[in-house]
Amino acid sequence: MREVAIVAFAQTRHTGHDTGLSEPELILPVIEEVKARTGLSRFGFTCSGSCDYLAGAPFSFVSALDAIGAWPPISESHVEMDGAWALYEAWVRLQHGDVDTALVYGFGKSSQGDLRAIMTLQLDPYYLAPLGLDQLSYAALQAAALGAGRDELDAIARRSRADGRRNPYALDLPDDLPGGSPVEPLKESDVAPLTDGAAAVVLAAGDRARELCANPAWIAGIAHRIEPHYLGLRDLARSPSTADAARAAGVGKGPVEVAELHAQFTHEEPILRRALDLPDSTVINPSGGPLAANPVMATGLIRIGEAARRIHDGAARRTVGHATSGPCLQHNLVTVLEA
Amino acid sequence: MAERCAVIGVGQTHYTTKRRDVSIAGLVREAALRALEDAGLTFQDIDAVVIGKAPDLFEGVMMPEAYLADALGAAGKPMMRVHTAGSVGGSTALVGAGLIQSGVHERVLVVAFEKQSESNATWALSTHLPFSSSLVVGAGGYFAPHIREYMRRSGAPGHIGVLVAVKDRLNALKNPYAHLRIPGIDRAMVESTPMLWEPIRYLETCPSSDGACAIVLSSERAATGTPAWVHGAAMRSEPIFRAGRDTVSPQAGKDCAADVYRQAGVTDPRRRLDVAEVYVPFSWYEPMWLENLGFAAEGEGWKVTESGATALDGDIPWNPSGGVLSSNPIGASGLIRFAEAALQVRGAAGDHQVDGARLALGHAYGGGAQFFAMWIVGREKP
Repeated sequence: MREVAIVAFAQTRHTGHDTGLSEPELILPVIEEVKARTGLSRFGFTCSGSCDYLAGAPFSFVSALDAIGAWPPISESHVEMDGAWALYEAWVRLQHGDVDTALVYGFGKSSQGDLRAIMTLQLDPYYLAPLGLDQLSYAALQAAALGAGRDELDAIARRSRADGRRNPYALDLPDDLPGGSPVEPLKESDVAPLTDGAAAVVLAAGDRARELCANPAWIAGIAHRIEPHYLGLRDLARSPSTADAARAAGVGKGPVEVAELHAQFTHEEPILRRALDLPDSTVINPSGGPLAANPVMATGLIRIGEAARRIHDGAARRTVGHATSGPCLQHNLVTVLEA
Repeated sequence: MAERCAVIGVGQTHYTTKRRDVSIAGLVREAALRALEDAGLTFQDIDAVVIGKAPDLFEGVMMPEAYLADALGAAGKPMMRVHTAGSVGGSTALVGAGLIQSGVHERVLVVAFEKQSESNATWALSTHLPFSSSLVVGAGGYFAPHIREYMRRSGAPGHIGVLVAVKDRLNALKNPYAHLRIPGIDRAMVESTPMLWEPIRYLETCPSSDGACAIVLSSERAATGTPAWVHGAAMRSEPIFRAGRDTVSPQAGKDCAADVYRQAGVTDPRRRLDVAEVYVPFSWYEPMWLENLGFAAEGEGWKVTESGATALDGDIPWNPSGGVLSSNPIGASGLIRFAEAALQVRGAAGDHQVDGARLALGHAYGGGAQFFAMWIVGREKP
């Protein structure tokens, strides 16, 4: 495979409410930031991730092209998935060898609708969605299947919130965990906050990456796998697709100093940690993770960006970024980054 | 491109207004199984699945790849979902081809679909974000002014669109999968239908279809059967609101065509290509795209259409399958163009086969005529 690295990463200062910015207005500053950081104004390929249902209108990605300045016309594509899969598509595109740089971005405003109800609409429309299972309900099924201790889950919530308060881009959530339980056994503090935000990443190949970045975060491996959709066909306490993707990406080929995991519920962290076979020495979600800021459709891309940032700033030499999609961790993507 | 890529299997459902007998999963699986059968393979031989469709609002299922993973044999494999508006079927093929050309996978299943009967696409297309007023209803309302501008610039006579509508529906009579198969179709019949969006009459517009299309893509090593080789692949996008962009002949379309011709070594598309499957959802887009894609000089596209050159027995047949005007499961319509191009060079297009077709163009566009996806496939290896 051709050497490809993350050479720049930028994200919005995520908010827990609608600030009045449209999606193009949300994206524009992060695109400008990665352009300024790399000095690039044009890219060999561009790919984005977003979801029409968050905006409640078709083609939420169309107006984003106005923000990135797609003129003269650009080579561009879009996935109706988290931006992490846009990054995967861009990495594949760079393997062709005819272009050397790619711009990737993802964005979402959960504030515009009822995210819990919207997420119900990704279930099988004939047999599952009519049951009215919302996002919290099916997450609660998974939490119950795992049966993790309350102390362990509360510790994950507290650590994520504390790390988030130190991260200027994440939300400022209090150390005191709220007591309410929306759906047993989930507590309110087990659930990632509703968040608006966007993120952008620049990929570059080979020597181009070395020119653009002092410490490129090289993609040593990247892979993703999907599982059956029906919750009853899966052991919800395990994530075999994460384990398969981790093997394909080569997570176990060396020590992992930092792992940024797309865990939108506290109980997903131990499931992912086990699937990735991470030792206690691996620092999990030093950014605060999704439990401190969860701009849907950008959250997974931000995990990869945060994992890259540890290498850009010299804090780590080998990190993992993880992204997920679908109900109860149905679809998982794993990236290994190396200095 | 590092690795050669070939289409080794094509599968389509019969396109129709309402497929009441199958679920969405059943629909996509039907196309996928036919493509696998064509390639002599099973789901076990597939490394990754890429699906595409137009806005999720069309069926009311958000990010349906999650739900469709089981029906498409994707469990345990990588699966991607592409969405680039009307061009998505073409883009989906290109993302799948990219997975082969990059050397990441050996065999990829590409599926695109729409089950328009689950909702009303015209109204799903007519909602707008807060604070931007909707001035049009549906795609026809958006594109009709662009067509009128084309007529003004080129001086094209008013009957050209009718000629395209008749020609594509005559072709559809030779395609068993086509949705609109209208016996006795002629100019008088088209002209007798109501005006929907001046100058687009009812029979000059595409139908709303249920349907799915699938292709199996393969590396050179893993190829089976009769391959159609990818000679060029390109996508281009431009901003919808850019002041001064030419919506009649968009720069992104010209650039995309130039890129794909360069890769395939095509300098004169009308002479060099044997057949083209081009996204023509409204009749007038044939002369407009003839010019945009370099098959005719600016202002001359309508003369090529009028001469009969784009008919099945013309020198450069366009849409021998009947095109989008005859079948339009929106998200699949682009992939059908790409798949029909492959069928032509494989010599497998049946009654609508263009004799001796060796090099073919597949084309799709979407959004406000701002997203373009194209490929050129050939009988010989590139």
